[in-house]
Amino acid sequence: MAYIDPHIHMVSRTTDDYRHMAAAGCVAITEPAFWAGFDRGSPEGFRDYFRQLTEVEPKRAAAHGIAHFCWLCINPKEAEDVGFAREVMALIPDFLDRPNVLGIGEIGLNKNSRNELEVLQAQIDIARRHDRLILVHTPHLEDKLKGTRLTMDALRDAGIDPGRVLIDHVEEHTVGEVLDRGFWAGMTLYPDSKCTPQRAVDIIECWGSERIWINSAGDWGHSDPLSVPKCHVEMRRRGHLQALVDRISLHNPAAFLGQSARFRLPG
Amino acid sequence: MPTPSCLLSTRDVVDLYFMEHRAKLLDIAAFLDRLDRAAPAPSHAADGHDDVRVRALRRAIPLLLDGAPDRVRRILELLSDHSRDPIAAAHTQSALGADPRGDY
Repeated sequence: MAYIDPHIHMVSRTTDDYRHMAAAGCVAITEPAFWAGFDRGSPEGFRDYFRQLTEVEPKRAAAHGIAHFCWLCINPKEAEDVGFAREVMALIPDFLDRPNVLGIGEIGLNKNSRNELEVLQAQIDIARRHDRLILVHTPHLEDKLKGTRLTMDALRDAGIDPGRVLIDHVEEHTVGEVLDRGFWAGMTLYPDSKCTPQRAVDIIECWGSERIWINSAGDWGHSDPLSVPKCHVEMRRRGHLQALVDRISLHNPAAFLGQSARFRLPG
Repeated sequence: MPTPSCLLSTRDVVDLYFMEHRAKLLDIAAFLDRLDRAAPAPSHAADGHDDVRVRALRRAIPLLLDGAPDRVRRILELLSDHSRDPIAAAHTQSALGADPRGDY
């Protein structure tokens, strides 16, 4: 079956991963800008990264019949130095008009600090001024609940339409509030943290399939670029119909991402 | 919360998932046993038994058997920072898995 993995970091993955994903039915991916596992030494490191996201990865993906889209930002882990972050943010408008750029992301908070919040607000403002979609990273572990609420409040205060924002990495303690406030919700399928495929299906069973998607967020860490189709197996073995699988992994992401005129599925 | 909609019967849930969760239960038991068998922490480090993560885990385990629903949500909330204001500065990029200021 055809599916979209709407959050995966292919700069950290091998060409074999592209091949396996294509064989499993992946037709499109979106790749948010994120932390490389170390702090970059200069804003110019981000310029190169943005070139990789807008020039290199689309070609690697296309070689396997996969459409590649991306999101640009400075991630929250490197946002504590506001001066540095402002230099990176100044680069973003130069790339926003490239054909595979859908919006600003994955922005958000990491440790829920004042500086991280200031940088988040500045990046929300970039999205607002350029009328772009937003993809939100929510913090890890004990910081997620607080950071999710602070982020949603910042978006509300900026007057952003929640229907144009995807709040990612939701879990059982955040998904209800995210959906109730009108945002889209993303569940990330990780082996140890965030959601397992089983828990993601539990959440769908409890909260429904409206404004929700699943993604692998595959990166350089402990993650699985095939976790999305593995979650489909979990849905089917519980007796869910293919129509529900298609809604979660094809129609829902296409509906959210399709708010950008740049998003289109191959064929 | 909406009405639960798991399509499987209770029998199916047990048949499909018991072995996986039996193994996870044994992993938790083995972790606690390993902690008991471990050498004392060096004098400059806090003892592992008193670590906030272990204290939080011991507080979370009884929630599994308290008979109330939404166990995952309640455990995640137990492990969460419930303060509301941004912190003054981030001095680390990592998270622990339990609130370091939590009352565990």
